[in-house]
Amino acid sequence: MASLKDIKRRIKSVKNTRQITKAMKMVSAAKLKRAQDEIVAARPYAEKMLDLIASLASKASSDSHPLLENRGGNRVGLLIFTSDRGLCGSFNSQILRNAERFLRERGPVEASVYTIGKRGGEYFKRRGLKIINSKNMGSGRPQYGSAAEIASDIIGAYMRNELDEVHIIFSEFKSALTQRPVVQKLLPISAPEKDEKAAEEGDYLYEPAEGGVLAALLPKYVEVQAFRALLETSASEHGARMTSMDSASKNAGQMISGLTLVYNRLRQAAITKELMEIIGGAEALK
Amino acid sequence: MANTFKLEVVTPQRRLLSLEVEEMKAPGQEGEFGVLAGHTPFLTVLKPGEIVYKSGAETGVLAVSRGYAEVLPEKTTVLVDYALPESEIDADKAKADAQAAEDALKAMTQEDPAYQMTLDRLEYANARLRVKEGLKG
Repeated sequence: MASLKDIKRRIKSVKNTRQITKAMKMVSAAKLKRAQDEIVAARPYAEKMLDLIASLASKASSDSHPLLENRGGNRVGLLIFTSDRGLCGSFNSQILRNAERFLRERGPVEASVYTIGKRGGEYFKRRGLKIINSKNMGSGRPQYGSAAEIASDIIGAYMRNELDEVHIIFSEFKSALTQRPVVQKLLPISAPEKDEKAAEEGDYLYEPAEGGVLAALLPKYVEVQAFRALLETSASEHGARMTSMDSASKNAGQMISGLTLVYNRLRQAAITKELMEIIGGAEALK
Repeated sequence: MANTFKLEVVTPQRRLLSLEVEEMKAPGQEGEFGVLAGHTPFLTVLKPGEIVYKSGAETGVLAVSRGYAEVLPEKTTVLVDYALPESEIDADKAKADAQAAEDALKAMTQEDPAYQMTLDRLEYANARLRVKEGLKG
């Protein structure tokens, strides 16, 4: 049976833990707000870019640019976004599980991975897959420059014929409570569904010629996708951490009240016992 | 028909500008071009430089890096990697960037894959300096 002192110590340590989890929750909530704003700010650019790609790619044939060409090989590259730090519930394991499932379903392919985020990097190091590169998310807000670097690495590997296909795996930010891992095909770029509006607007004058604009625009598209994945993953991470820290704080609270109950009961029992002893002693003296 | 059109400048990080303007000038890959309301649909690659727009009595200048411009009769959208209005330009930082890019260029050959990128960086830094100083003088 635990002594009074032991229980008191437990209560104190759980209280400390609760303080930390509470603080982490607050920090994540603040960061989440900022990350959400960034996603909203990045949206107009990404949407416009998709429009342009859609109207251009529907006109161009698939062999007019290597990034559009379907080579049909089986060397698959995975671009996986995870967080640097843990303590965010099942956030990372969900993404990694999705990556595993994707590989299983694809059957025998020559897979290599490019990881962003320490968690993913460490996982795939243990798994023994071929790693093209590993980067950390880094602290602070995601920068467009790092997305551009990732994109140029990936495009480089694709152009050098080291990869036939690239898929991107990241966590889509739905709301603070839900994040959904998604797998998307990044390369070769297949023309997105052309919408009616783009068709109506019809022909542009191009300067330089259509092909030139396309060649400049396609790598940009990859960058934008990578940037979006960075932003979404970062927002999702904060969301996941916020919810898991919230429930951790709640659990700690529950544990504290349970322990306090046991503590009080024990204390009461000790007092009663002492009283009985005194009364018993006084009786004996009569 | 109105003689203004909507000018939007967006970067991946934010929507910098969304404004009714009468006139704008932008640095196209193959030469600078001007846009008035009712322009033919036009899509072009931009090189680093300055965008000048006129809205009423007010004239604005932005320093922009490489990007694209989509011109439609009633709306012009400019997509660039980076863009800054005069008020947000840090002259010292621009100077340092220009210097760094220049030094990097010296060590490269024209065939280097990073050559074009570094050149763009230099031009963007120069554009920022021009915008900053142009408005002062």
